[in-house]
Amino acid sequence: MSVRTLEVDGKMITAMEGQTIFSAAWDSGIHLPRLCHLGGLSDVGACRLCLVEIEGQKKLQPSCLTKIAENMVVRTNTPALQAHRKLIVELLFAERNHICSVCVLNGACELQDLAAELGVDHIRLKPQYPKLTVDLSHARFGLDHNRCILCTRCVRVCDEVEGAHTWDVAGRGRNSSIIADLGEPWGESASCTSCGKCVQVCPTGALFSKGKTVAEMRKDRSFLRYIVTAREKKLWIA
Amino acid sequence: MTAEVLNQTSQAERERQHKLKDRILCCTVAGCLSAGAEAVRTALQEEVQAQGRSSEIEVCGTGCMGLCCRGPLVRSSAADVVYAEVKPQDARALVNGDQSHFEERVIRPDHPFYAGQRRIILANSGKADPELVVDYLAMGGYQSLLRAATEMVPEEIIAEVKKSGLRGRGGAGYPTGLKWELVARHPSPVRYVICNADEGDPGAFMNRSVLEGDPHRVLEGMAIAGRAVGAQQGYIYARGESPLAIARVKTAIEQARREGLLGGRVFDSTFHFQIDVRIGAGAYVCGEETALIASIEGKRGQPVPRPPYPPESGLWGRPTLINNVETFANIPTIIEKGGDWFASIGAKASPGTKVFALAGRVMRTGLVEVPIGTPLRTILFDLGGGVPAGYEFKAAQTGGPAGGCIPAEYLDLPMDYDSLTRIGTMMGSGGLIVMDTSSCMVDVARFFMEFCMDESCGKCIPCRAGTVQMHDILARMTRGEGHESDFAMLEALSGLLKETSLCGLGLAAPNPVLSTLRHFRNEYDAHVRDRRCPAGSCRIPVATEASA
Repeated sequence: MSVRTLEVDGKMITAMEGQTIFSAAWDSGIHLPRLCHLGGLSDVGACRLCLVEIEGQKKLQPSCLTKIAENMVVRTNTPALQAHRKLIVELLFAERNHICSVCVLNGACELQDLAAELGVDHIRLKPQYPKLTVDLSHARFGLDHNRCILCTRCVRVCDEVEGAHTWDVAGRGRNSSIIADLGEPWGESASCTSCGKCVQVCPTGALFSKGKTVAEMRKDRSFLRYIVTAREKKLWIA
Repeated sequence: MTAEVLNQTSQAERERQHKLKDRILCCTVAGCLSAGAEAVRTALQEEVQAQGRSSEIEVCGTGCMGLCCRGPLVRSSAADVVYAEVKPQDARALVNGDQSHFEERVIRPDHPFYAGQRRIILANSGKADPELVVDYLAMGGYQSLLRAATEMVPEEIIAEVKKSGLRGRGGAGYPTGLKWELVARHPSPVRYVICNADEGDPGAFMNRSVLEGDPHRVLEGMAIAGRAVGAQQGYIYARGESPLAIARVKTAIEQARREGLLGGRVFDSTFHFQIDVRIGAGAYVCGEETALIASIEGKRGQPVPRPPYPPESGLWGRPTLINNVETFANIPTIIEKGGDWFASIGAKASPGTKVFALAGRVMRTGLVEVPIGTPLRTILFDLGGGVPAGYEFKAAQTGGPAGGCIPAEYLDLPMDYDSLTRIGTMMGSGGLIVMDTSSCMVDVARFFMEFCMDESCGKCIPCRAGTVQMHDILARMTRGEGHESDFAMLEALSGLLKETSLCGLGLAAPNPVLSTLRHFRNEYDAHVRDRRCPAGSCRIPVATEASA
């Protein structure tokens, strides 16, 4: 592995060959917004928030999937990119029923933080108010589809780290939803090990621990640090 | 099968057909079948039998003859005419060759619909039975594969395809030869060939008709591609919604295997090639190559970001060649007649012919094949017979939900990849939907947006949620509830989708909106400012004093 030098937002940074733009920038203190990426999980490039401009390339590229190259010139924070990010966050808020004031994760939600960071103080789009369900069949956890942004972190952590593949996506487009096994209530899932990883990786209050009231829940950050390196260290085998 | 047997078989079949007094070919493609072609065919067979002329007159099926609006179509090869709207009771007159009985239903080769066409892909339709492999052999079929497998090395085949200038007929127009070369040069020992037959654009039925009407041509094209890129396995990814096409292709694969035209040691050479059919479950997005590959692998049919592109890492991580049905259908002819011959047809930067599916407000709907670069006016007015009387042509949509419209001022525009891109639309796979003064362009944009909204896979946010919001705005406009500020939001959302979506579906979804806004802004303004639909097709409540 050799070291590469590149320019991000006018700043020269160094990174290891094979690193993605996202992680190289993050290591150098340039924090790109993201909702689907999570260290330790595979990347799907679905949220489109970490898109960046790369000099010499016509199309915007997802920084979580694009590898760095020597002398690459990357811009992460142009007005056009910010406008796109703002609109994406607005689209998410309009898509389902995100009512922060009654959410267990109020004050610690990645979507909420992102909205604040991008200056989204109102939604210019028509809220869709879909009629969605809440699955409380599991003894310890709950799934509120109203707050789900379909980032698929839960699907990936369950498959790639826990190895259970309880979660997957059913339906398509706006009718997509996270399902347990073949669409059973979560509590009846035969494959779920109740490990709770999905709850900790969920960026919103869609997956939550029971027994918390409004704004009381906090995701366990040390747990997230654990899964980042769990695979390399084979922590789940011991 | 050896070269000798191939030549003998095709020669014998040609001689047998030549000795017949007449060969009556009934269209057996979905359009004519739904108009009752099966009953006509049975009636014809019974009539021939009743007259005791089974030894001199043969009744068989054939591929799409194009004039679908006047089906069932039946062609008499002795008289070289096509009879339209044939009913079972016409059987006697048809067998007797009594053309006066059919009056204006006799369509001769000099009819404007046929005179303007140039047929390469549809060369065998009206002449050969798609269910008989000997018919395809009699037309010179599998001769190109014979040459490719026994006389040519892969580099020569690729050089010939490159020379032809053939561009991908799926819509994007990527040079086919270059794509083949990318796959061929990859060091991997295992490579795949995929035929993308997941044709899902509204109003498009070119690929389905080719598969139903001449499946062996596609198989031969794929096998030649397999030889060129070094693949031993091919897949045809077909839509579950076209069961007839699937059945015909499966029959053809079985026949080709039995004859030794596919499978191990083709023509006693060292070339092995298998083709299998994979059936899609009806998701439009599975026509996108990475989603198609995921679907063949048995995964959820949703796209993954490119790069890596399939020629580098495709099916099961192996280099994979994906071409459209029509692209493969061109290959046997290119190998037969040479790349230079092909390059001399059509437009300079986009040689060859293109099959278009004429649909919508045009007198003659159906399939036409014309040299690329033919002006839209020729296709619509000479071949298609123009729009219904009392209406005026307004626009034609190409490229389906990913394309855009061509307004009347561009009627003389040559239909080639680059000219169409320049005016904000695209060639697409060949759907050509005609609209006249009775069609509302805002509603057309709404229709295509609804399609994209329903077909979005839901993976990336801009496409999943953006199409919903764009549809919402357009639907409000067609109800007369639009607002001036909606235009800015439509443009912002269009920009977002075009620049940030993960795959082609989302990237192209705003095209119909942008294209209609560009050419028909006045219709949008009428809906939003005057609460009025100029075409009169949107149901907008009449404004009263109180509500105005």
